[in-house]
Amino acid sequence: MIASLSLILLCQLAGEVLVRGLALPMPGPVIGLIFLLLLLLGRDRFPGLARGPLRGAGVETASRGLLANLSLLFVPAGVGVVQKLDLVAEHGAAFIAVLAISVLVTLLVTVATFLVASRLLARGSEQP
Amino acid sequence: MKDNPFSLWVYLSQSPLLWLTVTLLTYTIADAVSLKTQRHPLANPVLHSMWIIGAFLLITGTSYTSYFAGAQFVHFLLGPATVALAVPLYENRKVVATAIVPMLVALAAGSVTAVASVVWLAEATGLPRAVVLSLAPKSVTAGVAMGISESLHADPSLTAVAVILTGIMGAIIVTPLMNRLGINDFRARGFAVGIAAHGIGTARAFQVDAVAGVFAGIAMGLNALVTSLLVPLVVTLLLR
Repeated sequence: MIASLSLILLCQLAGEVLVRGLALPMPGPVIGLIFLLLLLLGRDRFPGLARGPLRGAGVETASRGLLANLSLLFVPAGVGVVQKLDLVAEHGAAFIAVLAISVLVTLLVTVATFLVASRLLARGSEQP
Repeated sequence: MKDNPFSLWVYLSQSPLLWLTVTLLTYTIADAVSLKTQRHPLANPVLHSMWIIGAFLLITGTSYTSYFAGAQFVHFLLGPATVALAVPLYENRKVVATAIVPMLVALAAGSVTAVASVVWLAEATGLPRAVVLSLAPKSVTAGVAMGISESLHADPSLTAVAVILTGIMGAIIVTPLMNRLGINDFRARGFAVGIAAHGIGTARAFQVDAVAGVFAGIAMGLNALVTSLLVPLVVTLLLR
């Protein structure tokens, strides 16, 4: 488990180094994600890579464990928000209402676009 | 020790041990309740953990800084958890590869809607300009949103509040909304919640369905990229 966690941290570290080094406009962990994905894909092509945490399901198990408790990781930041509720109170109900409507509209537009695009694509491939 | 329980409290309330324990324990209970209610949207474990701990800090007069000294160990794991998204992405790569085009189209429509709707609505309700700017990046993950807010000379801490509230609202409404609309394509459902409600929405998606979780994770990552380019553009277009 420690080896798997080390591999995950190593990917994140490499991501941070790359982001800082090249001043990329994206978070380091996202580049780390790409590194880990490349390692997993590379393992299928080059069996030599399948060692340590990449052998068996080491890194897979550790990652699933982290993601199963993803909600927990937002609690510290969420508690910070409870402490700043006076900021929200200052702007009243309009603040909450604006956010709620925006979330609702965004969900509807995104899901509708996704479904329409995938249906058009499916129809397009049926009639070549 | 017996004659001065107060000194024990003073010691413990300053130590990371107490606040880390409180965080894990509260979450464990909130998560158990969530499981007991078959993951009912209103039993969202993030929502309930945060107000219970928040109230506890308020009652005991503990500062967020002392709390965070313990909670930072949990907070730190957000980075590794983002890297860990590579695993479900790898396992579902075939499903993902066939959905590239719908994802890109939905990404464009969704990120524009997320930013434009909040800016337009906030302007229409007459919120002050500084608040409007702070709300604009609310659909992306907190770290990125606060960076965008800073670059607009808005208020990053108000942005953080908007980000968390957005995430929780999205995580609560997505399941009943999609069920009512009869949408059972979990790729589309996950992707929508990842765009609208970043990591908290993604956490919700993983509770409901593995494929939904993968698509939510991809959406969250892509939206962070697009939104940082989009917000300055929308702000100059809409706030003239």
